[in-house]
Amino acid sequence: MRLSVSHISKAYHGNMVLEDCSWSFDREGVHVLMGPNGSGKSTLLRICSLLEKPDRGGIAFFSGQERLEDDMALKRRMTLVLPQVGIFNSSVFDNAAFGLRIRGMARREVERRCSEMLSLARLADKRFQRAVTLSSGEKQRLGIARALVIEPEMLFLDEPTASIDEANTRIIEEIILEKRHGMSIIMTTHDRAQAERLADQLLALRNGRIAGED
Amino acid sequence: MRDIIESLSRALFLILNLDGELRDIILLSLRVSGSALLVASAAGLPVAVIMAFGRFPLRGLFVNILNTFMGLPPVVVGLFAYLLLSRSGPLGFLALLYTPTAMIIAQAILALPIVASLSHSALVSVDPIITQAATTLGATPFQVSMAVIREARYGIMSGIMAAFGRVMAEVGAILIVGGNIAGYTRVMTTTIALETDRGNFTLALALGIILLALSMMITLVLNGIRKKERVEPQR
Repeated sequence: MRLSVSHISKAYHGNMVLEDCSWSFDREGVHVLMGPNGSGKSTLLRICSLLEKPDRGGIAFFSGQERLEDDMALKRRMTLVLPQVGIFNSSVFDNAAFGLRIRGMARREVERRCSEMLSLARLADKRFQRAVTLSSGEKQRLGIARALVIEPEMLFLDEPTASIDEANTRIIEEIILEKRHGMSIIMTTHDRAQAERLADQLLALRNGRIAGED
Repeated sequence: MRDIIESLSRALFLILNLDGELRDIILLSLRVSGSALLVASAAGLPVAVIMAFGRFPLRGLFVNILNTFMGLPPVVVGLFAYLLLSRSGPLGFLALLYTPTAMIIAQAILALPIVASLSHSALVSVDPIITQAATTLGATPFQVSMAVIREARYGIMSGIMAAFGRVMAEVGAILIVGGNIAGYTRVMTTTIALETDRGNFTLALALGIILLALSMMITLVLNGIRKKERVEPQR
């Protein structure tokens, strides 16, 4: 799946965050967006993941040459992991299974995919634990596992390691590197070294626009 | 003082022997209040959901009215239900006055705003990040609402238990519409009022002890629910 961002602008309370921003994400792999606080990285991800609408301009998704309809089927081919993951007050496993259950997936397949992903996120031993009692780093790992079980074609990660320790950061980076094939991962980070470790394409967001490869 | 101790010991004897009259009164109380709670929950939860997720004019005003109705005086509800159900009232043809059904209706009117208002509070206090997380995972608006309701479940259960406590302890409404008929509409609170008037403290005290025990149980359940609801701090 390919994403084309065309001349989008977005302002909050008169403060322009994105201005005439355009880019085409047409390769699989990890695209890392860097930029200072308030440069519009999170806003761009929220718009690209269809969580928000731009004030002007638009985005379009393509499969080959075919433009995809902006409907629930399209929304279910991608997902965004927010900086504060939004953990449900249920078990770790139920959190991981949420995206699959709402898609009506068979129990056995839910079990298989969640077990596999919780192992990758090193949360297999905590599958019955109440997820809200996990540490910040574990919650972040769960958020990424919960997103990956639905096998999205496009995964947006908004500052996935911003407020967690080194050990958790390392696990998350390993997950990203392992899952980069077969999907487009568009993530934001402040950490230059991390960006260089992960990026297949490193982009800079300046003055509300993607200024090109960094 | 000796009279009180004597009545108390006789009351304990009644409880321990599970006196037939006592048992019937307790069971009727539980049946009436339990049914009223079911009706109030069945009607109150959809109201709470509409108030929390619906976008319509004067929603804030409706929420305020709901909150105000939480403190409805039971005697006023009793009077209102009496006027509705009395022979000359709009529902008089149903001949429900002075029946347990009339008591259920009155208690359901009392419980409904409590269930609806506390459930509404629980729903709107769910962190908006939950809505966003469910949306980004591909949930439809209905599935998002269900996820939010699930997050608010402990708050909703607290509301239902609080309403149960309120209706179990009220006397004004059911006295007016139930008539306190022995063996038919006489429940714990109305019996306590009547027996105290008569100077028969034994039965009144026995029922008072049971009512207190029930209140304590409700409080324990509420505390248990709140403990589950509490989110432990992040490490």
